[in-house]
Amino acid sequence: MSAISPPAERVWWKAPLDKLELTWIAIAFVWSLVMFGMMVYWHIYGNQNLANETYKTTKEMFAAKTQAMVDKYTVRTETDQQIPVVKPPAGSDVYLIGRLWAWWPILELEKGKQYKLHLSAMDYMHGFSLQPQNINIQVHPNYEHVLKISPNQSGTYSIVCNEYCGIGHHTMVGRIYVK
Amino acid sequence: MATTYRICPRSGLQFDTDAEKLMRWNAVAGVLALLVGGIMALGVILTRWPAVHLLPADQFYMVLTAHGVDMLLFWIIFFEMAVLYFASSTLLHCRLATPKIAWLGFWLMAIGAVMTNVAIFQGESSVMFTSYVPMQAKPHFYLGLILFAVGALLGCFVFLGTLVVAKAEKTYEGSIPLVTFGALTAAIIAIFTIASGAVILIPTFLWSVGYIREIDTIMYRVVWWAMGHSSQQINVSAHVAIWYAIAAIVFGAKPMSEKVSRTAFLLYILFLQLASAHHLLSDPGVGSEWKVVNTSYFMYFAVLASMIHGMTVPGAIEQAQRAKGFNKGLFEWLRKAPWGNPAFSAMFLSLIGFGFLGGISGVMMGTEQLNLLIHNTIYVPGHFHATVVIGTTLAFMGLTYFLVPVLFKREVLFPGFAKLQPYLFGLSMYVMALVMMGAGTLGVSRRHWDMAFAGSPFAYEWPGAAYLMMGLTGISGVVAVIGGGGWILQIVFSLLFGKKLDEGETRSTPVPLTLPAPAGGQAAHAPSTPGTMVLALIFLTSFILYYFVNWKYLSSLWGLA
Repeated sequence: MSAISPPAERVWWKAPLDKLELTWIAIAFVWSLVMFGMMVYWHIYGNQNLANETYKTTKEMFAAKTQAMVDKYTVRTETDQQIPVVKPPAGSDVYLIGRLWAWWPILELEKGKQYKLHLSAMDYMHGFSLQPQNINIQVHPNYEHVLKISPNQSGTYSIVCNEYCGIGHHTMVGRIYVK
Repeated sequence: MATTYRICPRSGLQFDTDAEKLMRWNAVAGVLALLVGGIMALGVILTRWPAVHLLPADQFYMVLTAHGVDMLLFWIIFFEMAVLYFASSTLLHCRLATPKIAWLGFWLMAIGAVMTNVAIFQGESSVMFTSYVPMQAKPHFYLGLILFAVGALLGCFVFLGTLVVAKAEKTYEGSIPLVTFGALTAAIIAIFTIASGAVILIPTFLWSVGYIREIDTIMYRVVWWAMGHSSQQINVSAHVAIWYAIAAIVFGAKPMSEKVSRTAFLLYILFLQLASAHHLLSDPGVGSEWKVVNTSYFMYFAVLASMIHGMTVPGAIEQAQRAKGFNKGLFEWLRKAPWGNPAFSAMFLSLIGFGFLGGISGVMMGTEQLNLLIHNTIYVPGHFHATVVIGTTLAFMGLTYFLVPVLFKREVLFPGFAKLQPYLFGLSMYVMALVMMGAGTLGVSRRHWDMAFAGSPFAYEWPGAAYLMMGLTGISGVVAVIGGGGWILQIVFSLLFGKKLDEGETRSTPVPLTLPAPAGGQAAHAPSTPGTMVLALIFLTSFILYYFVNWKYLSSLWGLA
């Protein structure tokens, strides 16, 4: 009698357990609790937790807020497309638009300072993939996601789009400078 | 009711003629989907291999969409229908309930599969397997998926009906076999999955023809993944049931404990469907508490279940082997296993790869905060090629080696290739899954045509190691396509030209299954399984190390709050 036949003992649920099998179940159960505990622990003591602050928005509203920030804090433009480089003060609200196929505008942040980064998409979903850090966040249209970010190293960072968004997806790369 | 029963002279299994024909057709339809999906795999892999970069962007995304849909849905679910009919009608010695409805289900699935493929290859539905709104495919892309799902649902109901028939007509005594219990788990999860699919795909279809103005993107992802992830959990239940079945067929292995294995399957039903959350850990709009509870399948009870199966399947084999006298040291039972029997080697490679590569990486990326490290990187397909290809597809391939003589009554051609095939396909997939996960850890995106970002104003320069990993992905992927393609050719040639085998006796009534007389309380004490325990502890150690290495990596990133 094997696994492809009915159990030989009618009352199989009363059969005693193998000692090693029981030991393994106990070990696996404890490990499961540790892994569950780690997520809770990190919310209390860890420094990398994704914010839950999200608002319903519209493309027009989000674009207007971003434009206002760009008008106020642009320090220069880059490339022949004249993409504005925005340097908002530490602690302020920073807006970043994902759209076919660019991240707009370029941000310039200060190391060790915290910013409130607002993310939203103008058309399809996009993927905010900060490289070489490797922080990856989904960006939705009509939702405004507010994250508190604190860059801890200076350098030039790229934002690769890693949610498929059509034929020009591979050209969608943005930039953040940390000084 | 006028069906007949054939008793296979090679396995002793009893096949209802209607059920047998359905199993053959479903299995063949599955293999055809695998063929299309495999050709598409070649297009995907040769484009993502940076030195080759074969297809232009539009064709790459089209081919990638077809690869996902044909492999993850059509190949696997067609084959699972065959498994459901086998686990009910064949294992319970019973007629199949309502074979006409089962045929209706089959044809709906077939029409649906063809329709969706047509939509994809017409070129205006390159929306990926996930078809995230607001990106829109043609209406018949969604309609095909809906028809396919309705057909699969009918198949699940026929399976449940067959269990009822077997019970009512008393074709077996005691409880249903463990493998049937596992298949029942798969069918219950399938019904939940298909219902979720209907809830999201029907409105999306109506949106594509203009009856609904907008579909909310977060809602779409929550509900779509209740189908998308749960459908992979059908596979887990099905391939774990197949592991038990192959252990039983090859070794006569008996479960270490019916109670433990059945409870573990029950945990799948209770908790696996929470896994939609795995895909939303880096999304806005759903709270941390929801993410933590759901992504952990509520305290990791479904992971616990897989860890239990991961021990009890090799444990059952160890017990059976030790009872035969392979008792030397910790591992004689494993060394002396029939490594040249492709049903066994495929099953064992499936088990080890699913646990070590698919399982550990799955739990890592399913941890709320750690998900930030790999979300939408090529780590994700690396993980699910370990679970779905090494876990499910390889197990199905192994079972097929057993089914060709038993169900199709043909001798397997090219037995020398058959011995090697599980290693060729399985091990190249091991390598491919690993290097994809390596590239993903360095940040390389999934579903991305050009890692050199041609045409972008600020191209990001990936580290050299990322290019190396993607090159290795290309090489190991091509080897895997050869291993998989070789399997398809071998099976198709065997079915067409293999030596015809004896049909066996045909009867008009089924032979019922009876239990042996009770052994009078002196059942032989089953041997202990120290070798399996050592393997399990090696697994646990790798798991713990890898898990905490990722927390360390996370702690070095920018602060996020």
